[in-house]
Amino acid sequence: MKKSSMLDLLLLVIRRDLILAMRRRADVLTTLVFFVMVVSLFPLGVGPELGMLRKMAPGVLWVAALLASMLSLGRLFSADYLDGTLEQMMLAPQSLSMLVLGKMAAHWMVSGLPLVLMAPVLGLQFDMSVQALGVLILGLLLGTPILSMLGAIGAALTLGLRGGGVLLSLLVLPLCIPVLIFGAGAVDAISSGLSIVSHLSLLGALLVLALVFTPWVTAQALRISME
Amino acid sequence: MLEVSNLACSRGDHRLFSGLSFNLQPGQIMQVQGVNGSGKTSLLRTLCGFLRPDEGDIIWRGESIRELDEDYYAEMLYLGHLNAIKDELSALENLCISAGLSGVELEEKEAMIALRRMGLRGREMLPTKVLSQGQRRRVALARLLVSDATFWILDEPLTALDVGAVGLIQELIGEHLAQQGMVIFTTHQPLHVAGTEMRTVSLS
Repeated sequence: MKKSSMLDLLLLVIRRDLILAMRRRADVLTTLVFFVMVVSLFPLGVGPELGMLRKMAPGVLWVAALLASMLSLGRLFSADYLDGTLEQMMLAPQSLSMLVLGKMAAHWMVSGLPLVLMAPVLGLQFDMSVQALGVLILGLLLGTPILSMLGAIGAALTLGLRGGGVLLSLLVLPLCIPVLIFGAGAVDAISSGLSIVSHLSLLGALLVLALVFTPWVTAQALRISME
Repeated sequence: MLEVSNLACSRGDHRLFSGLSFNLQPGQIMQVQGVNGSGKTSLLRTLCGFLRPDEGDIIWRGESIRELDEDYYAEMLYLGHLNAIKDELSALENLCISAGLSGVELEEKEAMIALRRMGLRGREMLPTKVLSQGQRRRVALARLLVSDATFWILDEPLTALDVGAVGLIQELIGEHLAQQGMVIFTTHQPLHVAGTEMRTVSLS
């Protein structure tokens, strides 16, 4: 037996959540299929006019990613809460924020990263240029972790509430607006030949801010929910 | 080691207990007694730091557990009503992960030995969803074997266990006390630990 460090514990939580996700594959696939469906409905509904599709592509993809990431948030803490694992996490001899960060990271890998990888394929339906697709991926890569982290705060606050799912979306979606604006804005900028640096730097700054603050806030919210 | 002074706790508007004081030294065991709803679980959850007491303080090694936080958690083990095991994981994975969460890195061999002592030989690799209620409780209780915590807080550890397993738990508690461990627990079943005086605290 040997004592584990903070990093060991972080990796343990990530590994555990990934194993659990792999054993409940249906949950992961629903998020992804939802994303693909919502994005694909737009070209069908709006019609095949390329100019318009190209113009609305970044917005549609980002909004769909936002909604898809809401789907899996309800389960972020609830399963652990119901079977008592969350109690044990709070009694871990390391900071709860670290464990929360691990759960956020695992959530992103399971529900954010697949969206990022799927986005370029879906972007083709909107006749997006290669450059625009590149910026879209870059933006999503910076933005989706923020969605997971902001969502975790909402998930912790609504833990154990009836009808928490809808409330969760109402709480979290407004907070995600900046991410949406800068993420979609970056793609718009490259399409109209402007610089993308400012948009992406702001997204990066948001990511760093979220990394610093959200685990702590989520940990506090979890402690309140446990009382 | 553990000193509880003038503790008061309420759920909603209902005052569960107040003015509760006791202390616990290494090698001692204490049973929390009381009828259903008298606040036994609330007392144990307050000792874990999940609930904030209305009044009073809980002192561990001379410092309040509110301030000690992680240093206190490193020395205590809580086993609640919920087993904290995942249906999708095998008994072995469950034990390794819960030991990991409590800060102990467990080798597979040590975990196997612990599970076998808990009477789960041949079931180590099965997903826990196919195990019976009592077997799942045994998986959860296997944590007692691999933990190096001093202070055990056990909330109804004997639920769903058969006579053999109850004997085993008594044996484990006896070993823990002999190594200068401390135990506080609730139960509605008789639990006898040889060689030690059972102290009690009653909630009314």
